[in-house]
Amino acid sequence: MTRQKRSHHRLKRAVAPYLYLSPSLLIIGLLMLLPMVTVIAYSFQNSAVLRRDPSFAGLKHYQAIFADPVFWASLWHTLYFTCMSVVFHMTIGMVFALMLNSDRINPTLRNILRVLYILPWLFTAVIIAVIWRLLLEPNGVVNSVLMQMGIIGSKVEWFSSPETALHAVTFANIWAGYPLFMVSLLAGLQGIPKDFYEAADIDGAKAYQKLIFITIPQLMPIIISISLLDFIWTMQVFPLIWITTGGGPIYSTEVLSTYTYKLAFSSYNLSQASASAVVILLISLGLTLFYIRYQKAR
Amino acid sequence: MTFRIQPAMLKIAAAAWLLGATGAMADTTLEFTQWWEPELPAGSLRAIMNDFEAANPGIKVTLVSGPYATTRDQISVGAATGTLSDVVGLDGAWVNNLNAQNALADMNPMMDASGFDKTQVADIIKVDGKAVMFPVASFVYPVFVNMDLAAQAGVTKLPSTRAEFLEAAKKMTHADKNQYGWVLPLSLQTPSGVQNDLMSWVWASGQSMMADGKPALEGKPVVDMLTFVKSLNDAGVISPGIATKTEQEKVEEFVNDRVGMMIDSLAHVNLIRKRNPKLNFDLIPVPVVENYNGKRGLPYASWGIGISAGSKHQEEAWKLVQYLMSEKVNAKLVSLANAFPGNVNAKPDFVTSDKAFGKAFEIFKTGYLANEFTGLPVAEDLMTKFDVEAQKMLAGEQSPEQASANAQKGWMAKF
Repeated sequence: MTRQKRSHHRLKRAVAPYLYLSPSLLIIGLLMLLPMVTVIAYSFQNSAVLRRDPSFAGLKHYQAIFADPVFWASLWHTLYFTCMSVVFHMTIGMVFALMLNSDRINPTLRNILRVLYILPWLFTAVIIAVIWRLLLEPNGVVNSVLMQMGIIGSKVEWFSSPETALHAVTFANIWAGYPLFMVSLLAGLQGIPKDFYEAADIDGAKAYQKLIFITIPQLMPIIISISLLDFIWTMQVFPLIWITTGGGPIYSTEVLSTYTYKLAFSSYNLSQASASAVVILLISLGLTLFYIRYQKAR
Repeated sequence: MTFRIQPAMLKIAAAAWLLGATGAMADTTLEFTQWWEPELPAGSLRAIMNDFEAANPGIKVTLVSGPYATTRDQISVGAATGTLSDVVGLDGAWVNNLNAQNALADMNPMMDASGFDKTQVADIIKVDGKAVMFPVASFVYPVFVNMDLAAQAGVTKLPSTRAEFLEAAKKMTHADKNQYGWVLPLSLQTPSGVQNDLMSWVWASGQSMMADGKPALEGKPVVDMLTFVKSLNDAGVISPGIATKTEQEKVEEFVNDRVGMMIDSLAHVNLIRKRNPKLNFDLIPVPVVENYNGKRGLPYASWGIGISAGSKHQEEAWKLVQYLMSEKVNAKLVSLANAFPGNVNAKPDFVTSDKAFGKAFEIFKTGYLANEFTGLPVAEDLMTKFDVEAQKMLAGEQSPEQASANAQKGWMAKF
């Protein structure tokens, strides 16, 4: 083989993997990178999208949103909504998964519960929002039941009162999201070797000790992975909040997604909306990097 | 069996293609983006377009239709990228922004060149002196009264003033039976309640929320309106859940005998009848302040129409606008939409065949169309800002005067 042929062969071998990857790289570039870069570019422009010749704005739009108290309220509400959702998703998911994995429950009942518990996952966000709006409206079933039980003395405007609205939307989101944890943890529970529990039984371990020293450590990789993913997804929840409260009353349920939407489609301030979207992107990116590092470490 | 292409067949196909192609080239195709088609009976807008095409050989119309919100976003982006359709359906709340983008053509020169009779149109929406929109169809917002609830409550005379309205609402309210006198939707998801259910009280009495083209929210008319709404809220006559209630829920409550009165679009009459055929309701104008005897402003929403500044077929586009604004076609369109006409000479057929519409038409003819949000910059954002301040007031966090002052501050930043 001549030198020229050898170098041509080497070049072909070096290029081949990239050629195989090129279709997916092209799709990722067009569908993910291009919109992302465009939004970042908009955040540095004046009258982005609305003018054909937008001027450079520097960090003006970032300064504007950081100076807006509603932005900080939205950030706080987003964190509350996300943290509470993730913690309760995990807790409820774990309790239900343990219940469905238990041999003490009749298999028929277990199958019925399995279907019932997974139901919220089958509904779209719009349906969930409508269900909870109907249930929690002042003349709804929840108020009626609570009043009959003597827990509340008068009708509570769950979504319309600034005191209760954020808790109410968080509750609806908890109800909608726990099945992901439940299914993942159930799969994890079924993968824990029985030997561990048998050995613990021989050592005289009690049920809670088996839970703390065997079950939870064995499930920890799943718990951390799903919690991180849930954190990222919940932070971006929009339809549930938009349909139930629209970010109100006043600004009590304004989260970063509704704040950004209003900037874009109510104020037509697409530059500031882009800056707000970039902030959400940076927070999500931080969490994603954390998730990737955790996965690599495993 | 084999199939052979004969030379004669090829010639015929080539000739047919050539004829088709030249025919297509001779036609001007207008693109018309609007949200009206899905809201009209199936095929009816297309039929009107077919009639237009028959009357104007060489012009074809392609309808680009979608729901209201999608159309709004599509038009915003089209204006920015220079891809706006030749003819566009418009809401008065959008025109200021679109004009700022130089996206809408001034129809004044077109009117002058074609000798268009300006007196035949109900309104011409102007921004910076440019005629940018005609309201083709108007949906007025009177007060709907549940006559059975009114009779049960002993309300024999329907309210004409704000004080009478408060009294009637008090009589119709029985909170223990989930029955209230009035319903107020102030959801931030769609803040149009500010326009339809709050500011309508101001306009009804011939008053204004503006002064010299600037917001005047701290003026007496708006403060008085807020004080009045607060008095209704304090009296407990408004159906609960105000801050998240949407227009759709408002209508549902009225349909289900849960509220005695609501301000709503006349476009919902058929929906209300369909949902509850037994509901006995009547229409009255929005009540006014004491001792007001002048003409009443009628809040309205409209299907507006305009022409893209970037259209290469403005002459043909103007023909379509003229066609839709002409007496007979306009009457036909608004009859289908259950709306009031953009052409003052047009008379929709439902006003003679339907008692409720007939009464509303009388209200329409004796008053004037009033919607000061039309043509304002970022109208929806202004409504949101006012909505938040009104919600704070109703939550007891501030007085009507403070709500007005805060809303004024928020609005001024947008002007």
